Amino acid sequence: MTTLIVNGMEHPLDLADPRVTLLDALRDRLGLTGTKKGCDQGACGACTVIADGRRILSCLTLAAQCDGREITTIEGLESHPMQDAFMRHDAFQCGYCTSGQIMSAVALLGEDRAGSDDDIREFMSGNLCRCGAYSNIVAAVREVARHA
Amino acid sequence: MREFRYERPTTVAEAIRAVSEDPEADFLAGGTTEVDLMKDGVFHPDLLVDITRLPLRGVRRNGTMLQVGALTTMEELAADRTLMERAPFVREALLLGASTQLRNMATIGGNLLQRTRCRYFRDPAVAACNKREPGSGCEAVNSVARMHAILGASRDCIALHASDLAVALVALDAVVHLQSEQEERSVPLTQFYLMPGDTPDRENVLRHGELITAIDIPLPPEGIRSTYLKVRDRASYEFALTSAAVALTMDGSVIMDARVAMGGVGTIPWRGFEAEEVLRDAPATPDTFRSAADGMIHDTFTVPGTAFKVELAKRTLIRALTEVTS
Repeated sequence: MTTLIVNGMEHPLDLADPRVTLLDALRDRLGLTGTKKGCDQGACGACTVIADGRRILSCLTLAAQCDGREITTIEGLESHPMQDAFMRHDAFQCGYCTSGQIMSAVALLGEDRAGSDDDIREFMSGNLCRCGAYSNIVAAVREVARHA
Repeated sequence: MREFRYERPTTVAEAIRAVSEDPEADFLAGGTTEVDLMKDGVFHPDLLVDITRLPLRGVRRNGTMLQVGALTTMEELAADRTLMERAPFVREALLLGASTQLRNMATIGGNLLQRTRCRYFRDPAVAACNKREPGSGCEAVNSVARMHAILGASRDCIALHASDLAVALVALDAVVHLQSEQEERSVPLTQFYLMPGDTPDRENVLRHGELITAIDIPLPPEGIRSTYLKVRDRASYEFALTSAAVALTMDGSVIMDARVAMGGVGTIPWRGFEAEEVLRDAPATPDTFRSAADGMIHDTFTVPGTAFKVELAKRTLIRALTEVTS
């Protein structure tokens, strides 16, 4: 039996078929559908979660590899200032990439890499937004970084 | 994705034994290439041996050598202070690759083994791919190609080696440590990769069940001038069209020693021994740089979609040399 620790809660998981990715385990087994499946091949960043303090792509991570690891998803953020800033700056249009953007941005603050707009753009480049809300995303991240 | 079994042994020896005993087994580290290729149906092991928790992680300085555990992530190596100070262009190559999420997952050993991004290799619906199905031909040569190799390429295969890190590391004569059930051995990275020739399916000297345990990076002398210049279609999060790793030791305006390697051009990370010969003891002038570029890029094999890379690669190297010497 595999145990995922998601947002502080332990979830025992039967992975008799180890093909289950962390993304599918979160969405289909645990009902945590805030984490989105975009490309499912590590290109878009929509599935970004934080594992043991580092942002990773849940679509290319097997759930079995996460046994005992602490996973934080968008549901685990308790009204984080980044979420408020995304709303205030209208940092989305369709919203599909947003939870990945926010998880990535929250991790970015911890990495201390939001010093300039160029840095924000560079270190958020793994999160694509096909609606093109980038300028508002940068504004939201910049604002939270300044007040952090 | 086809079914497979998953195991997570607790020692290096057990992991090596598990893979060695099953010809269809493979190691699983960061998974950023491997899981992707399994989803695409290109790669279908029947057993994955998860090595991510084995004690092969961390960076240690030993005199003039930086010893990097194979399971150190790209982000962890990029954060190493010694690397930052002594070989900053290796750090640049790391941080210009992939995204932070992928760099948090991808390991240094896995990075060196990453498979080509050739779209014909990665699409099993394409019949002709000598790398995937030996003897089946090469669709890339006859169809649309762009992100492909011009050096070490032939009608049999023009698949590009996509790693940025490996380019910087071949320039520094990094050494790969390998362990199998039978032996431990060390291979210089410049001899680790195999030219495709008529066996594009064989990409390196690794044997089945053999594991990369560590990578030694010889630190260049203090005071080198270096850069990793990556030219690509978008500003970030993209593979190289061309790239150049350059590390020079200068005395005034004369180049005393040079390390040069290029990415985006070769079927393997391309070390520029001839270019280095041209640069050594030469004045840092545009003429020298153009001669070095000519020494770097010759005997190319191009298709209509890749012909632009010949001049682009030369200009990339010239710009990198100009930047580090000015």
